[in-house]
Amino acid sequence: MDIEVIQEYIPLYVEAAKLTLRLAIIGILGAIIVGLLCSIIRYYKIPIIHKIVGGYVELSRNTPLLIQLFFLYFGLPKIGIVMSSEACAIVGLIFLGGSYMSEAFRSGLEAIPKIQEESGLCLGLTRWQVVRSILLPQAIMISMPAFLANIIFLIKETSVFSVVALADLMFVAKDLIGLYYRTDEALFLLVVAYLIILLPISILFTIVERRLKRVAIGN
Amino acid sequence: MLQSAINVLFQGRNFIRLLEGLWITVRISLLSVLLSIILGILLGFIMTKKNPVIRVITKIYLEFVRIMPQLVLLFLVYFGLSKSLHINLSGEFSAILVFTIWGTAEMGDLVRGALESIPIHQYESGRALGLTEKQLYMNVILPQTFRRLIPQSMNLVTRMIKTTSLVVLIGVVEVVKVGQQIIEASRLTAPLAAIIIYTTIFFMYFIICFPLSKFAGRLEQRWKD
Repeated sequence: MDIEVIQEYIPLYVEAAKLTLRLAIIGILGAIIVGLLCSIIRYYKIPIIHKIVGGYVELSRNTPLLIQLFFLYFGLPKIGIVMSSEACAIVGLIFLGGSYMSEAFRSGLEAIPKIQEESGLCLGLTRWQVVRSILLPQAIMISMPAFLANIIFLIKETSVFSVVALADLMFVAKDLIGLYYRTDEALFLLVVAYLIILLPISILFTIVERRLKRVAIGN
Repeated sequence: MLQSAINVLFQGRNFIRLLEGLWITVRISLLSVLLSIILGILLGFIMTKKNPVIRVITKIYLEFVRIMPQLVLLFLVYFGLSKSLHINLSGEFSAILVFTIWGTAEMGDLVRGALESIPIHQYESGRALGLTEKQLYMNVILPQTFRRLIPQSMNLVTRMIKTTSLVVLIGVVEVVKVGQQIIEASRLTAPLAAIIIYTTIFFMYFIICFPLSKFAGRLEQRWKD
């Protein structure tokens, strides 16, 4: 391995990591919103829509992101729906992540005793107030471990974004291997880049989870 | 237009070829799962040992494999290992190697979790009743462990099948690659083939993974207590 070569390549990886992170953040935020909506729809069994949402969740959980992206990027333009690479990546990540987040929140919602919701309604709160101030705060706390695991999972899934022609970390690494045969340096930086992104998040989430467990016991 | 695209799907051996391509991914995941289960059970037993050196080594292995995207691991083996060892690894072999390394880590952690979830009094009662270690494990501990383990390992299988779709990126000719070949071949005669082929591949994965994950969910519910 050549230190000078590594120094030369670092800026390329920083740019790529920025792109990956930006898309991951937008995608994950979208997935959280979609997940919350879907979980509430399924929890209240809103007629017709909850069946559609159920179908969506199964479809998205049982197919790989790679295939979803191929469909979005190469399939849909044929019937007139053209999206840019970045839009495809974000839509793909939201499509995948929405269902995982929805399942996490739903298990949280279902763990709350029915009596809490009934008491809220008895006290004269509106349905929306019950959802916002009673159900969601507790559901989010209960589903926190699954929720955090999903975030890490979704960041890892962004590694397939290069198939829709985005210059992410994998793309840069493959380019350097293909063009200059700098396999060792390219792969070394690739691993380091993902470690820098994922290791702190993973450690932080472990700490948060441990804290939550203590809070739950203290309760 | 759309009709001619649908015709492409069933033209000649196209649909059979797609299924053959799918079989390659499924075969990679089945082989890796089989190896992962054997090695994972071993690893799980090793991880319950209290030895600090073993603990640190298994922990580092587990965390590294889990934190890296699977595609990075594939690149490391397919490009890195073959270069540093000066051997020519086929895409399929690299994939099986990577998915076995990954699956063993995941499976090992599941086995460890299942073993540790058995309350200590089960072991103690068994010993108090005068069971030998072999009898204790065969009749008391393992049957309970398997109830926890089977649904979870079925979920791992579906994850494995979904993740093996990545092998197209290290040059394995599987269902996506075959699909691309079919699309290219009919580019002029049926320009809409892409949407039909990708929808078909999408549902092929769904048809394999959906029953598995449904069944795993059902087993988990039934064996909860």
